[in-house]
Amino acid sequence: MTPSMMLPQDPRLRLLTAFGAVLLVSQIGGLVTALSALAAAAALTLAQPQRPGWRRLVHLEGFLILLFVSLPFTVPGAPVASLGPLTVSAEGLLLAATLGAKVSASVLVLTLLLGGLEPARLGAALAALRVPETLVRLFVATARYRVLIGDEARRLGEAMHARGFTPRTDRHTLRTYGWLIGMLLVRALERAERVEEAMRCRGYTGRIPRLAAPRPAAREIAAAGLIVASAAALLMVDRL
Amino acid sequence: MHIPDGILSAPVLVGGAVAAAAGVGLALRRIDERAIPRVAILAAVFFAGSLIAVPVGPSSVHLVFGGLMGVMLGLGIFPAVLVALVLQAVLFGFGGLTTLGVNTFNIALPGALLGGLLGPMIRRASPPGAAALAAVAGAGSVVGNGVLVALTLRLSSPDYAPVASVVVATYLPLVLVEGAITAFAAGFLARVKPDALSPQLT
Repeated sequence: MTPSMMLPQDPRLRLLTAFGAVLLVSQIGGLVTALSALAAAAALTLAQPQRPGWRRLVHLEGFLILLFVSLPFTVPGAPVASLGPLTVSAEGLLLAATLGAKVSASVLVLTLLLGGLEPARLGAALAALRVPETLVRLFVATARYRVLIGDEARRLGEAMHARGFTPRTDRHTLRTYGWLIGMLLVRALERAERVEEAMRCRGYTGRIPRLAAPRPAAREIAAAGLIVASAAALLMVDRL
Repeated sequence: MHIPDGILSAPVLVGGAVAAAAGVGLALRRIDERAIPRVAILAAVFFAGSLIAVPVGPSSVHLVFGGLMGVMLGLGIFPAVLVALVLQAVLFGFGGLTTLGVNTFNIALPGALLGGLLGPMIRRASPPGAAALAAVAGAGSVVGNGVLVALTLRLSSPDYAPVASVVVATYLPLVLVEGAITAFAAGFLARVKPDALSPQLT
């Protein structure tokens, strides 16, 4: 069994597997089971031929840092150490470590299963999973325009830098960025009008034909089932 | 701001998903086929804008544009935010899958409310007036987002209560920057392309 066979290839299965696994892992409460989930996700990541995206684990929102730093102090329990008037509780450390393991495991699962997925294929998978047609088309179109508008934003940014703009904490920076967004919006809206007219010229009726996706192979369904069943088993052990 | 997978309790996740689905469903019924490119392109602009890091002292903040989206898209902000969050999860691996509903609701609701409330006044005002009102929408949507994130954490577990009570304070730099940039962007639009400031979903 090659490493890539451990993951389903069908985008529909990937979506369902990722959602199921992450949902189950997110409800784990104990440190040992949370660390097991993290270890399993890390092992699966390491087994893949492509370079693992560990960098994504480093991304932390501000309030998460606040949560991890403060939980050891704010959760009541057996004191382990004291820092002036503050005491670190064993329960708090345990909770912070458990949350950290669950969050990291989820990010790895997400990256593993959805990371390399092309937005157009993902859109087709969403449609096959009965997501409303309008929402699917919105998703596919946004994925496409994101690239176009990103290029436009880069061009405008380069033009600003060529004229000596350096972002600082001042009124000038805020106004420049405000106008940059305004300009992006004006150009983007004009593009939207052109696109809409061009599409109607070609008889666009609100539906784009999509190829029917083949049934996933039994092996893929088994791979998906194995991942979700492992997550379910961990949650069951956790609840015992 | 995004809450990742693995933090929230099941009832909060389900509640968030149901609330977001209601908002998205309501919006989808109002969005005409022909308005899809407009909503998609605006969602893409806001996605690109959220990648700009505005320096605040030694640190920096990333913009959300909830207020501006609310004014320009009305209820359309719900699907626009949902789609942008899915893209972020797929492309960069942050945000979360189980928290998509909660995060969509927390960002879109303040924007939709402020856009609905202040939008008509912004469209009637002169460019400086529009900018001032847009500042309120921009700053207010970040405050609203912060309050909802705090509420989400507090409802999930009593252990999160101490953090929930200070989380809004960490939003303060973003409140000021977002208010200012939304004001400049809306002032610019009011002068250059005033009809951009109204949600045209049909």
